[in-house]
Amino acid sequence: MSNKNSYLSNYFHRNGRALGSIGYFVLLMVIFLIGAPEAWIRPNLHQSVFVMMPTLIFLTIPLVFLVASGEIDLSFASTYAVAAYVFALLVKNGVDPAICLVLGIFTGAAIGALVGTLIVVFRLSSLVASLGVLFLLRGVILLLSNSRSITIMEIDNHWIYPLLVGNFYGFPMQIFWAAIFVIFCYYFFNKHVFGIHIQHVGDNSVSAEQMGINVNAVKIKAFMFVGIGSAIGGIFTTMITYTFFPTQGFGYLLLALAAVFVGGTPYWGGLGTIIGAVFGVGIIAYMEIGIIAIGWSGEWRQFFNGLIILLALLGHRLHGERVR
Amino acid sequence: MENIIELDNVTKRFGGITALNKASLKVTRGEVVGLIGDNGAGKSTLIKTLVGVYSPDEGDILIRGKKVNTWNALKARESGIETVFQDRALTPQQSIVKNIFMGKELRYPFGFIKEKEQIFEANRLIREIGFTSKLINAESPVGNLSGGERQGVAIARAIYNKAELIVLDEPTNNLSLNETQKVFDFVLNVKKSNRSVLFIGHNIYHVYDISDRFVILDRGEVVHQLNKNDISTPEELMKIMRDTIGAH
Repeated sequence: MSNKNSYLSNYFHRNGRALGSIGYFVLLMVIFLIGAPEAWIRPNLHQSVFVMMPTLIFLTIPLVFLVASGEIDLSFASTYAVAAYVFALLVKNGVDPAICLVLGIFTGAAIGALVGTLIVVFRLSSLVASLGVLFLLRGVILLLSNSRSITIMEIDNHWIYPLLVGNFYGFPMQIFWAAIFVIFCYYFFNKHVFGIHIQHVGDNSVSAEQMGINVNAVKIKAFMFVGIGSAIGGIFTTMITYTFFPTQGFGYLLLALAAVFVGGTPYWGGLGTIIGAVFGVGIIAYMEIGIIAIGWSGEWRQFFNGLIILLALLGHRLHGERVR
Repeated sequence: MENIIELDNVTKRFGGITALNKASLKVTRGEVVGLIGDNGAGKSTLIKTLVGVYSPDEGDILIRGKKVNTWNALKARESGIETVFQDRALTPQQSIVKNIFMGKELRYPFGFIKEKEQIFEANRLIREIGFTSKLINAESPVGNLSGGERQGVAIARAIYNKAELIVLDEPTNNLSLNETQKVFDFVLNVKKSNRSVLFIGHNIYHVYDISDRFVILDRGEVVHQLNKNDISTPEELMKIMRDTIGAH
């Protein structure tokens, strides 16, 4: 009996936060279903959510790694646009889009590595420093692009378009890739040395260092991963809309952060949940679209976004405070 | 006798302060060395340098007679040195099993972790250490454990890695009599298996009971070394310590 209890309590220690955000997601769906059943059974509503979700997933899941490592990054919303700009510019100049994709992702990784190195080596506050980089990079984009967007209709004819963002019998391919990304990240976070070291570092970096973990390297890699995720998100969106525009990504800044925390990853480091974050993304995406779908005006959107963040935080308090 | 590790004239400075001044120390196979000194004598700096948390500014570190060029915590662990730090070096939100294998996870190719094997080994180890509560198993978070149990996890880590030298930094601090006895039993077991222990303590009686040799540290310098045969009581050790520190 006692053994059973202990396994149950360990299970909740490991999965409580993920289960919590699944619970909020289900609750939200029920509320919408009761509030606007006609709107809710129309497939086009869910289709528009599914267009938004993959991008948000590419942004949010790597942030779970970074927040679990005890850091935060705001610059990802600009990295998203820089990578998309590199991609679109190269495609426009006749470079093979597959190569452009690789170079775009590489750009994201390089920016992540730079931001991470800056923060870790000079011991800067990641919140403030990445806020600086957020503005700086956005400025660079606006200057380089002359505030003009780039249209790349030509990728339509290239094989990467149907493979990455095409329609497979009505099924958007980006959802397939986002799902693969989630599964990969789940194992990467929970069953791989990288994720485990991130959790140790975020939990107690002094202990991790004493046990021979290279704390700075782990954190820089986490920043790089955020850069890679942002680049993928930015490039996918650019491909879906055939357009790079210089303000792109800014709108995702607060939504992706909200999804991390609504998903149940605490801000203090050492813990994180990939599954929780997926449902966090679901909650945010449905809030964005659902409010309109049930016939309320767009003005309500931010109000409900705020409300759900606060309610989710209060709910996750049930999993307790940080143990030391 | 083979020297497991040797510090040769090691100096460590922090800003303008010399925390360790040309300190030399060696630990040979199968011996228990007691490191004693007053607060601020440099015990902590010496230990952290010995186990690679700090790298020395001057002087050499020799592992089994061979000089090492780069020295860090990972290198020390790879050289067979495990440390039970004063603060236990645990991550309290993580499970016992993750803590036991922290930094030295059992891995498949590409860095994926042998989770089942780790859990099996961790459960075996916590039985061996003697966790009495059935509520505790390898997947319990460390944050739920008492001070003595946390020390048990830190020791289990050193046991699992079959270190040739185990450094125990104030291991009996805040422990009950029963738990202190467990630490002593552990030290004797390590010695019996022809491995070595470096034991750091405030409590002269604890250090006296367990050690074969004593190293006295004062203001960053090794001021005296003596064998247990040279003295007959802990009081004598205490007197020598007072005299050397006073004379120094």
